[in-house]
Order: sequence, then structure tokens, then C-alpha cells
Amino acid sequence: MLTWLILIPFIGGLLSWQAERFGNKAPRWIALFSMILLFACTLNLWLKYDYSLANLSAGQSVWAEEFRVNWIPRFGISFHLALDGLSILMLLLTAFLGVLAVVCSWSEVQRKVGFFHLNLLWILGAVAGVFLAMDMFLFFFFWEMMLIPMYFLISLWGHKSVEGKGRVEAATKFFIYTQSSGLLLLLAIIGLVFVHYMQTDVLTFNYTDLRNTHMSASLEMILMLGFFIAFAVKFPVVPFHSWLPDAHSQAPTAGSVDLAGILLKTAAYGMLRFAIPFFPNASQEIAPLAMWLGVAGIIYGAFVAYSQDDIKRMIAYTSISHMGFVLIGIYSFNQIAMQGVVVQMLAHGISAAGLFIISGQLYERLKTRDLNKMGGLSSRLSGIPPIAMFFAAASLGLPGLGNFVGEFLILVGVFKVDMVVALFATSGLVLGAVYSLILVQRSLHGAAQSNEPLAGINARELTMMLSLIFILVWLGLYPQPVLDTSAAVMESIGQLITSSQSIPAAQ
Amino acid sequence: MTFTLENFQALLPLLITCATTIFVMLAIAIKRNHWWNATVTVIGLNIALLSSYYALKVIPQTITPLFVVDGFSLFFSGLIIIAALGTATLTNAYIESFKRNREEMYLLITIATSGGIVLSFSHHMASLFIGLEMMSIALYGMVAYTYDRARSLEAAIKYLVLSATASAIMLFGIALIYAQIGSLSFSEIGAGITQEPSLLIVVGGMMLVIGLFFKLSLAPFHLWTPDVYEGAPAPVGAFLATAAKVAVFAVLVRFAILESKNVLASTPFVITLIVVACISMMVGNLLALKQNNIKRMLGYSSIAHFGYLLLLVLVGGQKFGIEGFAVYLAIYVMTSLAAFGVVTLMSHADGKRDADMLNDYRGLFWRRPYLASIFTLALFSLAGIPLTAGFIGKFYVITAAVGAGFWGWIGLIFVVLGSSIGIYFYLRTIISLFLAKKHMHRFDAEINWGQRTGGIMVLGAAAFILVIGIIPNPLMFIAQLTQLVWVAQ
Repeated sequence: MLTWLILIPFIGGLLSWQAERFGNKAPRWIALFSMILLFACTLNLWLKYDYSLANLSAGQSVWAEEFRVNWIPRFGISFHLALDGLSILMLLLTAFLGVLAVVCSWSEVQRKVGFFHLNLLWILGAVAGVFLAMDMFLFFFFWEMMLIPMYFLISLWGHKSVEGKGRVEAATKFFIYTQSSGLLLLLAIIGLVFVHYMQTDVLTFNYTDLRNTHMSASLEMILMLGFFIAFAVKFPVVPFHSWLPDAHSQAPTAGSVDLAGILLKTAAYGMLRFAIPFFPNASQEIAPLAMWLGVAGIIYGAFVAYSQDDIKRMIAYTSISHMGFVLIGIYSFNQIAMQGVVVQMLAHGISAAGLFIISGQLYERLKTRDLNKMGGLSSRLSGIPPIAMFFAAASLGLPGLGNFVGEFLILVGVFKVDMVVALFATSGLVLGAVYSLILVQRSLHGAAQSNEPLAGINARELTMMLSLIFILVWLGLYPQPVLDTSAAVMESIGQLITSSQSIPAAQ
Repeated sequence: MTFTLENFQALLPLLITCATTIFVMLAIAIKRNHWWNATVTVIGLNIALLSSYYALKVIPQTITPLFVVDGFSLFFSGLIIIAALGTATLTNAYIESFKRNREEMYLLITIATSGGIVLSFSHHMASLFIGLEMMSIALYGMVAYTYDRARSLEAAIKYLVLSATASAIMLFGIALIYAQIGSLSFSEIGAGITQEPSLLIVVGGMMLVIGLFFKLSLAPFHLWTPDVYEGAPAPVGAFLATAAKVAVFAVLVRFAILESKNVLASTPFVITLIVVACISMMVGNLLALKQNNIKRMLGYSSIAHFGYLLLLVLVGGQKFGIEGFAVYLAIYVMTSLAAFGVVTLMSHADGKRDADMLNDYRGLFWRRPYLASIFTLALFSLAGIPLTAGFIGKFYVITAAVGAGFWGWIGLIFVVLGSSIGIYFYLRTIISLFLAKKHMHRFDAEINWGQRTGGIMVLGAAAFILVIGIIPNPLMFIAQLTQLVWVAQ
């Protein structure tokens, strides 16, 4: 079953590539069908199991479902997939945004449709692999694999940015940033495996085995930094962020949706799943630094977002700001904040996807993403402005929507751990209001540039938007099912930190 | 000494390759027919490859002081023969339209291959030199084969002069070593190298190593590489990048690791190795950055790859060391064959030049999707991206280096830097395959390229890259043959 979650997108992608010879419609329908199938499978898996069971019992992980076969026995590498509360939520997000990514490029992408869907679906397949892999080699394999189709997506179907930088440059920058940080990750993984090998004489890349590795404090720090930097680049944490605005502003809408909605979440997932459980002590040492980097991200992202002219660059910087909350939440190691992180990841995935889809729709109508050339749109087209208002409100953290729940939980949790950080992070909410409102103001209100009416929203776009709105409202009003699903995993990570705290105290 | 039947059985791959040379020569004399002469070559090389299986049954053994046949030498001779087969099939498609005599090319290929096999069998300075010269001299002819093109001729003369100089330096080094130790056999020389060797040995050893580094085109002895790669006809480029380097590398590994364990404990040699490895990684990747010529780019890329391999020599002898060379080189050979194969299929021997400019490949994906996909796969494999075999090779290098202490970590820094830089030019080449073309294309592969021998070979290499990238177990299994090593008593 778990293998199918990865195979469906890969096979679907190949089929839609080949289906191009039957016209442009066929690849779209095949891609849509396989994405819906994937979504149905993940939904089924979510409803089928009770994820509130404790994830850790006596140091061993308990999975809802597991699949394992030997892959490269020479290095102790196995094809090991497993599912728990955290992965199923991320998979749900992946599959849902996958459906949207196919639908939102229905009219945008007209060139080389088959190859486009091949790349789109392969990204999703690789991301599904990242969320399921429990073997470090396999994880790295998928981690790198998702870059290649993303690279093609940006460089072949991208747009020129407002400043006129080329899309190939943006794609190359994205690839080099993530690939070289990926090499660091590979080094750290192999280093960890070797430490484990020297202790136990067992060469293995298996997640649960490696978790029981003991190492000296300095070694733990070095290896942890390898993981942390690799994830921080993808996150993106502020000093490593410069690829993101470029990649976003040049990517096609579907690429942006995948990038903001899913790819950034793989980094947060990696921290929660790997960086912290492997290196609980070193993670604690770096926690204050990580939290302040998160604060820097929140404030920096918000300020830079405010001054952008390119609507997609602006949304990209708001992503940096929102992901800052996630980083703070993760490294507070507080149960409430970590639950908030999960909600925030889902809500940000949905709301950022919504904003990117809207800017894609505006681009289809106006052929520009420059905010200076917009203005007064609410008088020129029907349907889109209120929806844009809704997502801007979600992005500023309006109570009743998912983002509010996430940010609120994170702030409450962080407040207990470090009041000053929480105080500074709260400013993100104020700044969020500023940039969201300026976005609304500059695009929708003010004097119209011309009186010519534009095409209103059509049924396909409306369905997409309504489904996104529904989920955001649901997350905002009744997040309990989500919280229940992830509670056990988050609790076990929290326990790991508290138990590592108690060891030095006992000595 | 008397030869036993077992000796002959062990030498079968070498004997059959040499016999093939003679058969091809006779075949040309009987009837000058391109198809028939090429077929004789390919059949001969295939038999030589299959005979390795019989040779495997009687290893390890030494035959005269010159040759040693063990798992290690058979693996590398097999790899050389495969590379030669690849070159021969590519040549077949490439040279079809050549207006002058086409058949002698196969003669040169088999001679160079025999030289390569001699190298992989040798554990004596005399056989090393014989093998090296046998290979090099045939290569001069191969590089100059399309002598109507000025570049081809220029490349051959450059290669001849520089290579002869390197050989002379190497010979002088061997003489110095002989003066000190009084023996030419690897194991006795190895026993004579101590932790802090005498000046004569250091100087002699360095001169020897310089000669080998030159043939491997490691920086700073790489200056000939881009010009020769550019000037040589594309299939010859494939041979230069694969068989010629594998053979020299095999002999380097046998000398430095298998038969004289002290070389890697001797400080001057260790420092030379690490410096050359690090410079090669940087130079290879940096100089390729702005390269618009695909053949030159592949030349620089091979410099970087042999830098990674040299790092593996330094940290080798660890758990995965020897097996690592085998896996890495096998992957590198197949990847290079695929990359040069695409260039070959796009070019013809009667053109003014080969299809080697980046512009010639713009938009190839929309004209020849499968050929462009193969090229993409090969370039990703050279860059070491997962899902391709190249990643497995890189994985071996990193795994070996991580467990190897200080020098390993120094090398790793350069591996990370080098491959990060490298990605840029691989991506640059890849993306040009997919961009829309701006002008008429001058070069194109034949529409039925997949059904021709060269095309089938390229498809096979691509399948290898993909399959080994996902399931590397079979290659690892075969590579463990290299651990069957003859040890001097």
C-alpha cells in the first residue's frame, strides 16, 4: 500500500508524458486522475488507523503501517517505508495540493503538456517518498530526486520576473543551493552511519537503529549541523533564503504551489523526524540560535515582502516569514508549540497555495505580476477579489482560519519557553497585517489602470478556491482531528528532549 | 620458465585480443569492406570478453615476472574490452561516411586495447612501459584518423609530443628507482619504499607518478586534455576517456596499493596524491564552467572525476576501497560511453567538425526525445545525482573518505566544493537540450539511430546507468572480484 503512494505519481507521470500524442487533453486528465487516486488513498489511510497511539515505546518506533525489503544489503540499506501521524498529515497535504497543481495549470500551461505533467507528478512522487522513507539512504535518494523535476519545471515553463532575470538562472540557483546543501546532508548521514558502525559493527542506514547511536558532544554537534544546514536551506532560514524568491517568481503557478506548499514542508518534516531525534542534545544546544533565526526570518521576511513589486516575490517573502514561526515552534520543544507547528505547516501550505493560484489567475488575465500595473482590480473583474481578500486575511492570521490556530499555538507554547522570543515573534502578526493589507490595497483597490473589464472567475477556478477556503476554515474552527493525529508523534519528540535533559542531571 | 596450459588459459583475454588484431589485418587484406571488417573486430573482442570467464577459473597466478592474472586484473581488462567494444560500435556508425580508408581504425582500436590489457595485467615496470606505449602509439593514430580536419591533426601532434615527453620522464624515473632498489618488479620496489624514502626513490617515484598522472590527465598535468578531446573524432574521444584511463588507473592502483603497501604510508607520496587530487577536482570543475564545447567540457569533467578517484586511492585499502575503484570506474566508463555516444551519433566523420558545440544541441529533446533523454541521464550521472549510477560512485567515494580520518575529510571538502561547482555546467548543458531552438540545426542524428549498432550500444549504456542507479547490487557483486588479489610471498 505505501509503495503505491509513491508509484501512483511516478506511473501517472510516465503515462501522461506518453499520452501527449493523443492531444493536450489526455495528459491533463491522466494526471488529474492519478492525483485524485493518490488523495483517495491517503484519505483512506488516514481514516483507517488510529494515530493517537504512542509513537515510542521503549525506544522503538511504532508505525501505523510499514513496508520493508532489502535493497543494497552490502551497505545495510533497505527499502523501508513507514507511516505515522506526522507523515500522513504531510501526505494528505501533498496529495491535495497535487490535485490543485494539476487543476491550476489547466489553462496556464499550453506548451509541452505531457512533459510538464511528467515533471509535476514526479515531484509529488518524490515528496511522498521523502515523507515515507525510514531508511536514510532512501530518504536522501528521494530528497535529491525531487529537485530534478522542479528544476525542469522552473526552467522550462517559468516566466521572466519583473526585474527581467532569466528563469534558467533562477532554476540553476535553486538547484545549486539545494544540491550542495544536500551533499552536506549526505556527508552527515554517512558520518552518522559510520559512528554507529564503529560502535555496533553493524552497517545500517535504518532510521530506528541509528536513533540509538551514542556519540560525543562535539561529534554530535558537527553531524547535527550537517542536517540542520541542509534543512535550513530548504526551509528557508534567513541567511540561506535567497534562492526562494527567485525560484518562486520565475516558477509556473503549479511549481510555486508545490514549492511553497510541499517542498518547504519537507525541510520542517526533516527537522522533526531526523535532526532532532538523532541529535537531541545538540539540537537543544542550538535551539536558542535556531529560535532567533526564526525571529529574524519572521521580521526580515515581512519587511522585505512589504517592499516588493512582483506579487509572487511578495508571497515568497511572506512564506519566509511564516516559516519562521514553524522554526521557532520546532525548536521550542514545547508540546503545544509543536502541535501548532503541524497546523501552521498545513495552513501555510493551503494559504500560500491559494495566494499563488490567485496570482497565477491574475497573470493569465493581466499578463503581468507587477503590482504597480494592477490597482482597482475589484472594479474590473468579478469573483477573484473577494477570494484574494480571504487569502490575504488568512495570511495575516485572522482568527477563525487555520493560520491563526497555528500561530496562536506556537506563540503560546514558545511563551512558556522563552518570553523574549515570543514577544518578538508576535510582531510578525502585526507586520503580517501590514503586508497583507498592502497587497490587497495595491492590487484590488485604488484607481483602476483601465476600465476594460476582465474575464471573471470560471467554474474550475471557483471549485479550486472553494475547496481551499473550506479547508482553511475547517482548520481554523475545528483543528482537533489534525491535532489528534499528530499528538503522539509530537509527544514522543518532546519526551526525547526531556529525557535527554534529565540524563546530565542524573549524573 | 615453461608455459603451462593454465598460464595460457589465464592469458586468454590478452591473447584473443592480439589475435583479433591479426585477424582484422588479414580480413582487411582479403577484402576491404567496412561492415565485414568491423564485424570481425566486434566478434573478436566479444570472444576476448567471454574468455575472461575461463581465465577466472585459474586465478590468481603470475606468468613470468611480467604478468599477474587475478580478479583485479580480469575485472579491469574486462572493463577495457567493454570500452573498446563501445568505441568500435560507435566508430561503425560514425565513420561510415568517411571518404578515405575506414577499416584501419579497427586495427588501431584492437592494438590500443591489447596495450590496455597488458597494463591491467602488469606488475613489473617493463610490462608497464610496454603496455603504455603500445596503447599510446595506437592512440596517436586514432586521434589523427580524420586528418583532413586541422584540429584532428593538431590534437594528434600535441598528444604525441606531450605524451612522449611524459613517457621519457617516466622512463627516467623508473631508471632512478632501479638504480636504488635493483629490481623492476612492483612488489620488490614496494618493499624498498620505506616511510621516509631516500632522495633517489622520492625523485624517481615522483617522475614515475608524473608520467602516470599525465596519462590520467590529472591537474596540473592536464593541459593536453581539452585540445585532444576536442580534436579527436568523437568515438576516439570515448576511447581516450574510458579505456585509456582505466588501464593506467588499474596499474597505478596495483603499484600504489596492492603490491606496495608502504607507498601510502610514505609522506611525500601521500602529500603529492592529496594535492593532485584536490587540484584536479577544482581545476576540472572550474575550467568546465564557461565551456561551450561539449567535448572539451567532457574532458574537464573527466579531470575532476579522476580527482575523485585519486582521493579514493588515498583512502583506499579501507573496507570499500578496492571495490570502490571497480564500481566507480565501471560506472564512469558506461556514463562516458553514453555521453560520447550521443555526440558521435550526432556527428559524421565527413563533416567539417563534430557536433560538439552547445548550440548544436539546443532543443534536441523536442526533435530526438530518447537520444536527449540518454544525454540528460549521462550528464546527471556525471554530476552524481541520485537515480543514476553516478550517485552510487559518488556514494562510494564519500563513504570511503568519511571513514578515513584527516586526509579523507580534507578531500571531502574539495569533493563538496567541486561537485557543487560542477552541477552548474552539467545543468547548463542539460537545459540547452530542452530549450526551444533559435535557428536551423546543422547536426542531427539519423532518424533510425536506435536501430544501428552505435545506437544500441548507447541505449545499453543508458539502461546500465538507470538500472545500476536503482539496483546497484549486481555491479557490487562483480566488483568484489577485485578483492581476489595475488599477493607477493
